[in-house]
Amino acid sequence: MSVMEPETGKPFQDCKELFALLSEYLDEELPPGTCEQIRAHIAGCPPCVEFVNSLRRSVDLLHKLRTGEAPGPLPEAARDELRRAFRRNREGFHA
Amino acid sequence: MSDIREVELARDLLAGKEEAFDRFVETFRSKIFRYSFMMCGHREDAEEVSQETLLKVFESFDQLREPERVKAWVFRIAKNACLMKRRKSVFAPSQELSLDQFLPASDQDGGHRKLQIADWSELPDTQVLRAELRDVLSRAIAGLPEIYRGVILLRDVEELSTEETAAALDVSLEVVKTRLHRARLAIRQELDEYLR
Repeated sequence: MSVMEPETGKPFQDCKELFALLSEYLDEELPPGTCEQIRAHIAGCPPCVEFVNSLRRSVDLLHKLRTGEAPGPLPEAARDELRRAFRRNREGFHA
Repeated sequence: MSDIREVELARDLLAGKEEAFDRFVETFRSKIFRYSFMMCGHREDAEEVSQETLLKVFESFDQLREPERVKAWVFRIAKNACLMKRRKSVFAPSQELSLDQFLPASDQDGGHRKLQIADWSELPDTQVLRAELRDVLSRAIAGLPEIYRGVILLRDVEELSTEETAAALDVSLEVVKTRLHRARLAIRQELDEYLR
């Protein structure tokens, strides 16, 4: 796969060229010029629209996974162990 | 960036405020557990990693130089605690994912190119994930090689920035970006198969 170097000013010739950059495009981590070139390609390419949308939906769903597995209640003995460490450190730090 | 409440919490902890202790445990324990569970694959290991990570945090929070980076700092400790478990992952073996394996096939339909992918409009657009979809996603993440799983959990599930993820995992920004993209493509492909 050939991927265009960012900021060359050359338009993307085909979908494969921008395939490697799609996550950075969605995360807005590409230089503005490269983003613009990708946008211009996608505007005239229904298969790319479809693919980018499906990738975006996948990322959206991953964000929602945060409400998943939860730990059991913290036993009092474990909380006490943590609290002791916190107080020891605080006393040393603020001594 | 860390959430502003998390940064304030880290500042309160550094200031030695007693009430910050319980809030810190409440805020971070579930995050650490979720990450560890998906990395270790065992509930008991994840419970232990959560406790060991928090213990290390409270023993050494005076070394947190930048409260703004508290999340990366905590997850770095969690990552090391996971590694210390040294239990072989129950999930996928370590391997590289290539971009080419995720390029969707296409065919011609009346002169127009059409991708051979599922109809994603059937996915429910709700705030809460259905249990079935949650299982599909969890299995897809679990099936990723470890180096990709760690990145997607921190970037897309816990929503750390690229910089925070790089700091937590001790890799470069470029490595985070490359692994994240391949991990997302793999998850997208699994969802696509589920939707067919």
